[in-house]
Amino acid sequence: MTAGTNEPENGSDRWPLWEVFTQAKDGAPHEHAGSVHAADAELALQNARDVYARRGEVVSVWVVPSTAIVASSPAERGPFFDPADDKPYRHPQFYRTPRGVRVY
Amino acid sequence: MSTDAPSSNSSLFEYLLRLGDDRLVLGHRLSEWCGHGPVLEEDIALANVALDLIGQAAHFLRLAGQVEGKGRDEDALAYFRDAIEYRNVSLVELPNGDYGRTIVRSFLFDAWSVLLLEGLQRASHAELAGIAAKAHKEARYHVRHSGEWVLRLGDGTEDSHGRAQAALDELWPYSGELFAADEVDRQLAGTGAPDPLGLAPAWRDLVSDVVRRATLTLPADGYMHSGGRQGRHTEHLGHLLGEMQILARSHPGATW
Repeated sequence: MTAGTNEPENGSDRWPLWEVFTQAKDGAPHEHAGSVHAADAELALQNARDVYARRGEVVSVWVVPSTAIVASSPAERGPFFDPADDKPYRHPQFYRTPRGVRVY
Repeated sequence: MSTDAPSSNSSLFEYLLRLGDDRLVLGHRLSEWCGHGPVLEEDIALANVALDLIGQAAHFLRLAGQVEGKGRDEDALAYFRDAIEYRNVSLVELPNGDYGRTIVRSFLFDAWSVLLLEGLQRASHAELAGIAAKAHKEARYHVRHSGEWVLRLGDGTEDSHGRAQAALDELWPYSGELFAADEVDRQLAGTGAPDPLGLAPAWRDLVSDVVRRATLTLPADGYMHSGGRQGRHTEHLGHLLGEMQILARSHPGATW
């Protein structure tokens, strides 16, 4: 945000950032495609359409204010994720798959 | 009956030139913003609209060439006609001005185009109806884009409001040409081509609704420019065509 204050000719430092999620087909998950700057939600949707949905298959677009996203901290990656790694009993691969059950 | 055929054929040719030229010239004007848009996202949006319009023009002009039957394709019609042979309304050839003026012009055009193409989808000429149906879908997005921007510029800052109102006042006298009917339109009556004057009430409703919500003032109807449909253009079209046509004319048949 502070870097943008040196560029008054570019309005993007005053426009909020929106994260864009696109869905490739009905039933598929919406996946993060990137971000756009826009003054409000309707224009964010239009910009998202023009930037990310113009080429390729997209049937639905979500835009979310970037400020609404709560993210884990990269510095905390170790303590945050490691404890799950060394407890193999959490993973169900000790079980035998019964006959007739489809494995995904 | 046989004497009617050439006349209605040449009317259809003229009509298709009008459809194609409006979109080719506006598409070229909007493409001038490419790399100069106020923000990256708008730069891309305007370039997308420009591409849509040039694509529509290619379809209409290709069909025009087939109807004419003299072996001219869409490139021949786009690059090897002079300003006096162009049939677009003057509105679309005017210089872009600032972004607000570009947007207001697009909105006046898009609001008209979406209504025209909606009707044209039911034309008796199957290929024309097909092109109109495809273009109508694009035009619905164009009017949404330009309309949303008119709202935000009009109901924005003092500066943006002033520029949008000035653009509306300057461009209004060029809007009458969209609805002026002549012999070509009368020849096409009964083929499903919408009567130009018949589009005016719905256009006015659409435009005045957005203008009101944008806190802008609809200009009073006064003198209206005309002549573009007959090839009498402003000085600006010649300059636009000079830039658009120079490559094709300097290197005929070039491919890239």
